Amino acid sequence: MAEAHPVGFRWVMKAKERGATIIHVDPRFSRTSALADIWVPIRAGGDIAFLGGLVRHIIENSLFFHDYVVHFTNASCILREDFRDTEEGATGFFSGWSGEQCGYDRKSWLYDGDHGLGFPERDLTLQHPRCIFQTLRRHFARYTPEMVEKICGISPALFHKVADALVAASGPDKSAAICYAVGWTQHSKGVQIIRTASILQLLLGNIGRPGGGILALRGHASIQGSTDIPTLYDVLPGYLPMPRGDGSEATLHDYLARHTKPTGLWHNFPSYFISLLKAYYGKNATAENDFGYNWVPKITGNHSFFEYLYDMLDGKMEGMFVMGQNPAVAAPNSRLQRKALAKLKWLVVREMVEIEAATFWRDSPEIERGELKTEEIETEVFLFPAGGHAEKEGAFTNTQRLLQWREKAVDPPGDARSEGWFMHQLALRLISKAKESNDPIDEPLRALDWWYPEDEHGDPKMEAVLAEINGWYTDSQPNADGIVFGVDRAGDPHHGPQIDGFQRLKTDGSTASGGWIYSGVLGPDKINKALSRKSKDYLGHGWGFAWPADRRIMYNRASASPTGQPWSEGKKLIWWDATQRKWTGSDVPDFPVEKAPEFRPIGNENGLDAIAGDAPFVLHEDGLGWVYVPSGLQDGPMPTHYEPLESPVHNALYSRDTNPAVHWFTRQGNRFAPPGDPRFPFVLTTYRLTEHHTAGGMSRYLPHLAELQPEMFAEISPELARELKIENGNYLCVVNLRGAIEARALVSRRMRPLHLNGQLVHQIALPFHFGTDGRVRGDAANDLLAISGEPNVTIMEAKAATCNIIPGRLPRGPAFEQWIKKYAPVDGPPNLHPEQPPAGAPCARAGGGHGLEGKIDSR
Amino acid sequence: MIGEGLHSTNQRKHSYVHDHVEVGFFTDPSVCIGCKACEVACKEWNQVPDDGYTWSGNSYDNTGHLGASTWRHVMFLEQDRQKGNQIVGSHSLAGGDGEDPFRWVFLSDVCKHCEEAGCLEACPTGSIVRTEVGSVLVQNDVCNGCGYCVVSCPFGVIDRRPTPLPDAGGAFKCTFCYDRQKSGLVPACAKVCPTESIVFGRLDDLRARGAERVQQLQQSGYNDAQLYDPTETSVRGIHAFFLILGEPEAYGLPPKPQIPTIYLKSAWTSAFATAIASIIATLLAFAFFS
Repeated sequence: MAEAHPVGFRWVMKAKERGATIIHVDPRFSRTSALADIWVPIRAGGDIAFLGGLVRHIIENSLFFHDYVVHFTNASCILREDFRDTEEGATGFFSGWSGEQCGYDRKSWLYDGDHGLGFPERDLTLQHPRCIFQTLRRHFARYTPEMVEKICGISPALFHKVADALVAASGPDKSAAICYAVGWTQHSKGVQIIRTASILQLLLGNIGRPGGGILALRGHASIQGSTDIPTLYDVLPGYLPMPRGDGSEATLHDYLARHTKPTGLWHNFPSYFISLLKAYYGKNATAENDFGYNWVPKITGNHSFFEYLYDMLDGKMEGMFVMGQNPAVAAPNSRLQRKALAKLKWLVVREMVEIEAATFWRDSPEIERGELKTEEIETEVFLFPAGGHAEKEGAFTNTQRLLQWREKAVDPPGDARSEGWFMHQLALRLISKAKESNDPIDEPLRALDWWYPEDEHGDPKMEAVLAEINGWYTDSQPNADGIVFGVDRAGDPHHGPQIDGFQRLKTDGSTASGGWIYSGVLGPDKINKALSRKSKDYLGHGWGFAWPADRRIMYNRASASPTGQPWSEGKKLIWWDATQRKWTGSDVPDFPVEKAPEFRPIGNENGLDAIAGDAPFVLHEDGLGWVYVPSGLQDGPMPTHYEPLESPVHNALYSRDTNPAVHWFTRQGNRFAPPGDPRFPFVLTTYRLTEHHTAGGMSRYLPHLAELQPEMFAEISPELARELKIENGNYLCVVNLRGAIEARALVSRRMRPLHLNGQLVHQIALPFHFGTDGRVRGDAANDLLAISGEPNVTIMEAKAATCNIIPGRLPRGPAFEQWIKKYAPVDGPPNLHPEQPPAGAPCARAGGGHGLEGKIDSR
Repeated sequence: MIGEGLHSTNQRKHSYVHDHVEVGFFTDPSVCIGCKACEVACKEWNQVPDDGYTWSGNSYDNTGHLGASTWRHVMFLEQDRQKGNQIVGSHSLAGGDGEDPFRWVFLSDVCKHCEEAGCLEACPTGSIVRTEVGSVLVQNDVCNGCGYCVVSCPFGVIDRRPTPLPDAGGAFKCTFCYDRQKSGLVPACAKVCPTESIVFGRLDDLRARGAERVQQLQQSGYNDAQLYDPTETSVRGIHAFFLILGEPEAYGLPPKPQIPTIYLKSAWTSAFATAIASIIATLLAFAFFS
């Protein structure tokens, strides 16, 4: 966190100053470790074993927050009789596995009975053999400190230090937070790693309480924003799933029927979705035409970045826009990425500098090696100069779901323009072309309500976009109060007053909102709350706007006991005021404000009415915190340790090595080494340096940053350096089945060899910022990483792979081919891993997707 | 002390130049995260050029040392010692591999702005002056590039800028952001420091804060925490002082820094004695051989 989020780390240091214990778990000793109280070196990819060990420790020693767990979580819910755990026979498979489908039939994971997820049967004594608490206990029973040591290389003594510190920092008058970043997400089981942390935090009572939580540190400014109002292929704004094109969601009715939950907050799904359609299509969206549902693109499969990369390679995709990304450096298997770019007919790159994605055709390792020839590449590259963040206005949303408005400081130089300008001007031109055509395929463009007012440069007024996201009453009432930007581009009345929160959204088309979760940010008081900068309390109310409803801590009903009293004076946040009969406190209650703690539904209610007064997790249909996920995950209701797709060892816990539901993207050019392959004995992990920003477009080209980390290096331990006869500063080559790169050796005790099950395992760490352009240049670590898809979100496993190290320089030019044939031959079929499906098999390509299975609350 | 926000002396406007208040930097490695924001902010504000893209192999320190184009320098020390009560891996626990201490310490070095400044005393052109706030400032339009200051600095801070960099030949070092201070602003490095490892403020306040911090650290297991603030030597105190873990030599800081002019008396005395001796020898020679 100090390494990649130095400014945010200020608050960790503040906590430390006030006595907090800082624990840092990382394969390498980073700048964060240097400031932590405890550094826990872990084998890359062992996270579920480690966290699962903590879960076991807390359950077996009855260290959990008893009242919180019993009342607020689903630990007491009873599971079906036909549910089978991975532990039975230690197979690593849950019940419902279908080898043919490469996935699970997840019915047996549900709660017992036919109540659906609402109103589950519970045993508050937690003794029922099929209750979740007992199931969880059995599931993690083998995750002992000794097993943690075997898998992660963490000694039982160190394990207990961490466990003791975590338990000591949790309870009624304490709380502990967990922060993570892509070191957890970029794994073949990334979602389940975070699930394990969720179980841990729920057992310790650290969710919904001040100082608690699980904080996803985002990789760039507003990555949170880009999932809220997403750039994802399968999610619409506000975590509404993209409609499917397989016929199952052919009508608005079918779509809403599938995604509207009978109980909990998602019961209101139709009002969010129909208001979104009204924001898209304005007056063209009517009840008669299903509010334009037919105009919304439908997804026909997994259209993730990796899927369309393969389509590019196969010549199925002609053109691409690259904005705010540099796939030639930043994406896994970047050799394959660059080759894919060369297959395009056209490519638009919008950037502040000429990045590798725009120069691959003349200046890439593949050109140098003769694998690609400039004169044979047909790709027409359009490089558009882009404005920087100080040169445009808009909102950032951070990990705390806090929207902060940013004003423009200066105009972008020369021809550089903002993204807003580009997309707006592109839309105007496309719409105008569509209006000249009669082709039915252009109808969705013709139907769009593109009303945004412009400034003198042709930039859309970004506050008008924010106003639309907030939402308004669609009936235009020119003189009503609370109207913001009320006229369209022709000067005609466009909409009515702003709404003051998503509770106002309707299913009848009388409201529009471009992203229900942000509603309230620019309400009828006409104040852009994202721009407010006067903090009134320690939670920061008055500074920016935290979605939803300016709530700073989600699920904050959990900060009070089942009967509504604060758990302790020191940790009080919201509580039930029995005299006024409402929830009150220092945050906006995340609960129906007049629902008494003693309220119990009778079992036939809908929506929030079905949520009991002591059930804080209102997004869930049962109102409970899930220590077991009965519905929504592709790869299991409970986290299970699987080895990374490439690992130096076999799974010590199960006969199955890897996550069964993972997508391997099997292909020549994207090969994986089998477990324990002696050719690739070392564990490889990648990371960021403070001095550089991701693929380097904003740092390698700037002298004052470039000089601080001017060359590609590999961090290795003194032990490994001795073994390979490498001295600090020597050149070395890192090679595996995807490619090879050259780096300088940075020999440091910050890297430690680990003992796994009697086997000494070396880990090496590579920063991933370098490429062939810029003031400082070097090989891209992503040349070594494979494309793969975590089953739920299709993210690649970038944080754990295997490799070999060859001392010396990497041959440049055509000599490279001979060299790599020697160390990483690529003959034979591409599926070398025994658990990997062959190329072309249905299982080799991805399914899944973010929003398809109903678990669509915020990530 | 971290997180006072706009109330921090690192953020709020001041009138130290106008009021002739002695100011300083207190730099504390126990909260430094090695982000190098100070280095970058310094170069950006003062338009200091980059001085080469050379990878050092010395931990994450590719800056090397202070010089004409490096006015802040973050050191990265990897040491086989324990930092406070820090636990670093199974190695540092019984039941692991036994005692095997390790720590990584970051310290942002800067011109010390000595009370008695060697550079200032050596400067023949009057280019180097003392400001109202007690800092030592090189006026580059007056500097003739003679380099006397370079050899006179006991800390090796000031240097002449080599060609082909802009303004090559002249001597450069930290200005304490005198231009910013005149406008009531805080020096760029302190302004951007995310953890307030660099603190800017009144020198007397900072000395009190430093003493308190050392005590605090010692109580929490940092047995080797001490202040580096040589007041007993001829530099007679520095305006940019440091908390250090361990000995000053590890940071390249002289334990007893002296300005060269203190040797003037003995130098002149020996020169005088030599002169007298040679005159006498000459006279004696004439006496013998005449």
